[in-house]
Amino acid sequence: MFDEMNGDDGARPPYCGVAHWLDTLGLATLDGKRREAETLFRRSGITFAVYGEGGDPERLIPFDLIPRVFGRDEWQRLAAGIVQRARALNAFLWDVYHRGEILRAGVVPEALVYRNRAFLPEMVGFDPPGRIYAHIVGIDLVRTGPGEFRVLEDNCRTPSGVSYMLENREIMMRMFPELFAGNRVEPVDGYADQLRATLEDMAPRHGPRAPVCVVLTPGPFNAAYYEHSYLADQMGAELVEARDLFVDDGALWMKTTRGPTRVDVVYRRIDDEFLDPLVFRPDSYLGVAGLMDVYRAGRVTLVSAPGAGVADDKAVYCYVPEMIRFYLGEAPVLENVPTWQCALPEHRDHVLTHLDELVVKEVHGSGGYGMLIGPRASAAERAEFARKIAHDPAAFIAQPTLSLSTVPTLTPRGIASRHVDFRPFCLVGRQIRLTPGGLTRVALREGSLVVNSSQGGGVKDTWVLSE
Amino acid sequence: MQLAIRHRTRYRYDPAVAAVGVRLKLYPPTFAAQHPVAWTVAVNGVAVAPGFRDGWGDQVATHFVRGEVAAVEIEAAGVVDTRDEAGVVRGLREAVRPGMCLRATPRTEADSAIAALAREALEDGGTQLQQAHRLQDLVTARIAYRAGHTDGATTAPVALASGAGVCQDHAHVVIAAARSLGWPARYVAGYCLHAEDGGDDVATHAWAELWLDGIGWVGFDASNDLCPTDAYVRLCAGLDAFDAAPIRGHVEGAGAEALDVRVAIHPAGAEQ
Repeated sequence: MFDEMNGDDGARPPYCGVAHWLDTLGLATLDGKRREAETLFRRSGITFAVYGEGGDPERLIPFDLIPRVFGRDEWQRLAAGIVQRARALNAFLWDVYHRGEILRAGVVPEALVYRNRAFLPEMVGFDPPGRIYAHIVGIDLVRTGPGEFRVLEDNCRTPSGVSYMLENREIMMRMFPELFAGNRVEPVDGYADQLRATLEDMAPRHGPRAPVCVVLTPGPFNAAYYEHSYLADQMGAELVEARDLFVDDGALWMKTTRGPTRVDVVYRRIDDEFLDPLVFRPDSYLGVAGLMDVYRAGRVTLVSAPGAGVADDKAVYCYVPEMIRFYLGEAPVLENVPTWQCALPEHRDHVLTHLDELVVKEVHGSGGYGMLIGPRASAAERAEFARKIAHDPAAFIAQPTLSLSTVPTLTPRGIASRHVDFRPFCLVGRQIRLTPGGLTRVALREGSLVVNSSQGGGVKDTWVLSE
Repeated sequence: MQLAIRHRTRYRYDPAVAAVGVRLKLYPPTFAAQHPVAWTVAVNGVAVAPGFRDGWGDQVATHFVRGEVAAVEIEAAGVVDTRDEAGVVRGLREAVRPGMCLRATPRTEADSAIAALAREALEDGGTQLQQAHRLQDLVTARIAYRAGHTDGATTAPVALASGAGVCQDHAHVVIAAARSLGWPARYVAGYCLHAEDGGDDVATHAWAELWLDGIGWVGFDASNDLCPTDAYVRLCAGLDAFDAAPIRGHVEGAGAEALDVRVAIHPAGAEQ
């Protein structure tokens, strides 16, 4: 098991500053600071749910004070891999909604894409601005050794959690200014401006005035509402619900006290099927009638593009390294986790005979639900999954149980190692912008590998050192 | 042949509603078998031009009527030159790939009876084209044409089991059966001069198109047990009747809706 801070002979270099700080501070002070941080979070009102996790929107996610740190070289390699992946995923999306060269070449099975429920025939033949579909790519990474990073999954729709990246840093800087004075930590607070620049990049028309960008939310009952309002506020964009928008004269308009204002870009935090009751679900009250046709006529931009989800399906995930070779002609910088697709008979046989070693996931599942962690499961649970897999093999994939890296974490019984993952946020506009940082999730239960906030996960500030 | 068409759809709202949005796929595309000579679409007397062409090759328009809306009348009318191409669709400007037309929709999910029907179509061997004709014959024989027996939400398995239905049901069963064989299939809405669903309540017609290796898309109309001829005008396509609806509406407000549809189709110069 790889601990990111504690090496064989003392603290690993990126963590020297943090290790020293912990030693100086002492456990009692740290615990007092933890309570103080919790009060600050409560006062800021931040509540949170990672995409698709559901759960109680009012719940506060535990924040761990001990930062997770990447050295400059570590980050440079990660960044190259993240950007490469974001480029390949967008190239794939453009291709499958046009001639489908990667399918014709037999590199990715046609049925996996065309019969995927996230694939939208409504998008076929359309060119979104810049040929970009996934403008905010959240890539979930795990670490298994000093130089070993693996991609767990891609999020091409509306990955959430970035507000935690920003708030965690803000609170850490407020509470421990001396810590940041002594360590060269890359700032993350440029994210909102970069998101705004990415949205503006994508405006269908460029006139003398700045494009009008809005954040479209399902409303306060959505688990990520806090994030929607936070990002809108940070960007200086309007936070709108469906009732604030309407389509007329081939354009999208926002109702304001000064009359209708034409909207150029919609950062939508509602799912595809709710976007437009005239095209998708007729019973949707979250979307705007006529929105899709204004989009397809090239008179408003939707971020992310409808149908972008076909690239982040857990079965399509298996082919991302092939996409990188196919579209970019490059070797993948970041590896996938080896994955067995239960849809393939020989893979299925392997999975069924090795259930006690594997993690089995539902292709369309998320949030750590509908998942079997073989080594931890009871015989009955494994038998249950064997039945499910036999019944609908294409709905499942399996991966080896990885030994995730650990980072020191404050627990009720002192500082202890806990497993972590990592979600950086890559912005794709006319240029690619990657904030040096991201969201580190930590499994607070001893030995647990499930970092999801709905299942006992917490978060940490993530540092990228500039030297 | 030249066909003159007048297709009027009237929605009435009581009480009046705040707004009605309509999405129209009412523009017959040009391809080898047809060419619109003159064609207009109007909503409450206002001409509506299409905003874009979708992946199926169909032009799409969206239009809103706002403020105390008691009625919305949509009229599509014009003259279309047609040619008998034996149902083969050549020269249509479309981007949808055949493989996309293998996915089942809630209305076209095959059950065991539909899968069995599909296998029956293969029994006599022959070419894929012959098998497709056999499938059409089987659906014509198993589902009697009877209006009012099914509705817009009827699924293919229900239609086959009930043994009666209209053009939509015939098309759905042909599509579900074809896809169960791994043949791409799609739903087409349009008009037909000799549609068996004639009479005063005539609406639009519908049929299926199957992708046949070496030929391409070919229309199969199990309601008439016929491949489309020059008596047919093709309006738009989709994965099923819901997807290929020539008109979709969205109402803001809560008035009771009444619908009236009239389609008049004649050889040009023979208008009544």
